Amino acid sequence: MITAERKPLDEIFEMLKPYRRIAVLGCGTCVTVCMAGGQKEAEELAAAISIQRKKEKQEVSVEAFTIERQCEFEMIDQVAERLKGFDAVLSLACGVGVQTLVEHMPELIVLPGLNTKSMGYPLEQGVWVERCLGCGDCVLHLTQGICPITRCAKSLLNGPCGGSADGKCEIGKDVDCAWHLIHDRLEKLGRLKVMEEIQPPKDWSSSHHGGPRTIVREDVRLESGK
Amino acid sequence: MKAGSNLEKVINSGQFAVTGELGPPKSADISALREHGETMRNYVDAFNITDNQTAIVRTSSIGVAGALLQMGLEPVVQMTVRDRNRIALQGDLLGAVAMGVKNVLCLSGDHQMFGNEAAAKGVYDIDSMQLLKAFKDIRDEGKFIGGDDLEAPLSVYLGAVANPFADPFEYRVDRLEKKIAAGASFIQTQCIFDLDRFKRWMELVRERGLHKKVAILGGVTPIKSLGAARYMKNFVSGITIPDELIDRLKGAEKKKEEGLKIAIETIQQLKEIEGVAGVHVMAIAWEEVVPDIVERAGLYPRPKLS
Ligand code: SF4
Ligand code: SF4
Repeated sequence: MITAERKPLDEIFEMLKPYRRIAVLGCGTCVTVCMAGGQKEAEELAAAISIQRKKEKQEVSVEAFTIERQCEFEMIDQVAERLKGFDAVLSLACGVGVQTLVEHMPELIVLPGLNTKSMGYPLEQGVWVERCLGCGDCVLHLTQGICPITRCAKSLLNGPCGGSADGKCEIGKDVDCAWHLIHDRLEKLGRLKVMEEIQPPKDWSSSHHGGPRTIVREDVRLESGK
Repeated sequence: MKAGSNLEKVINSGQFAVTGELGPPKSADISALREHGETMRNYVDAFNITDNQTAIVRTSSIGVAGALLQMGLEPVVQMTVRDRNRIALQGDLLGAVAMGVKNVLCLSGDHQMFGNEAAAKGVYDIDSMQLLKAFKDIRDEGKFIGGDDLEAPLSVYLGAVANPFADPFEYRVDRLEKKIAAGASFIQTQCIFDLDRFKRWMELVRERGLHKKVAILGGVTPIKSLGAARYMKNFVSGITIPDELIDRLKGAEKKKEEGLKIAIETIQQLKEIEGVAGVHVMAIAWEEVVPDIVERAGLYPRPKLS
């Protein structure tokens, strides 16, 4: 899933300043699960905006509603007419949702209410961890399911650096050293040999460094060769 | 002979090598660094120049190396993979060698969050192992990482670092072996305060005969004060300082002299360990004591080889 966190209220209030009719649009998928941008959070934020405007003696009308996914045109269509009635839409989707809205309805002013963090999962109630950077060339088969690109602070491919101590990363005692985890797992599986081989430099052109990526599947396209 | 540097000659002659370290300043005024270089002249075989150490912006290691060469001192240019991608790293190797640099040390570098530009984007395009291998291939195969050919051959003496005090412990010997395969001719270790652990590591190194394939220089840092020891113990990544050492300093009347004594004793013990080919003395912000340490450790005069 995509994980995100609400932006600080002051930043949100500041970006909403020029607008009077505001929609706070929640998203019912990832950001609902990570408790940042679902219907509940949209309502809370709408209330906070109203209170702040009242304090500042500024007029406002805020509505909070949610669609299942902001990253799909069909689902945006369900609220398209309603959205047209607002000066601005504060989207509580991830950055993808915000951009999908803008691409689908360029006439809208859409503002991001969240800071999108990562691709990860909920480790426990209230804790979401990052697990994939979408590098485009997965190496999890080499490391037996622990991603060194994402979880090692230096994205190393050839084992733990000299800062690894007591299983923790040099960047902080609350961060596991990914390579220590990989080492222990490979050892348990009798596959430590993998770490003896020199892994060649990664081809980052398959990652974002090769520019924004588009997947085209001719076999499933409706109108191919458009 | 890979590049015929003074360091390489000393190591190949089988004599106990001594390298020193100079930390570039946070300014383009390197007069103090030059003085420290003068102080250590004739006491060390080569000078490591750190590369934006602990991720703090400083005069570049290659720039400082140029100044040392003009002074007739031999630099070991440190290069980390934190701040430059493979294009810049390979280009800088060519630039350094063109200027007369013969020794290059490849390392990961401390994470950028430790420095004075914590908001920086860490590069880490390649890792230190891949850097070493890339430089070896440039030298031995005449090829860049991307497969393109060099237009003319170059020679360089390549080194790497090892930290016997990092974890997992057993892996640290595997990693050394890997660095040798990647192209390291010499190794400088993290500062040694825990001699017992270092000795255990060296045992494993000897078991695999690795000491015969690479020159291991033990890292030694004289401790200036109790505060400095505590700071290193608690805040410097990759360093372990045993409590006995802290206690010894605490009990000493003259802390500085005790710090020097500890460093000298460490060197004397390192000389006795089979497979240790030299020492790397890191006395950053206390450079003036290096001649004293080298002399009292019985390593002066340095060999004159040409
Ligand atoms: S290797 Fe790449 S694709 Fe695989 S988990 Fe890591 S970042 Fe994601
Ligand atoms: S300590 Fe471990 S996780 Fe952290 S940068 Fe080094 S190898 Fe990567």
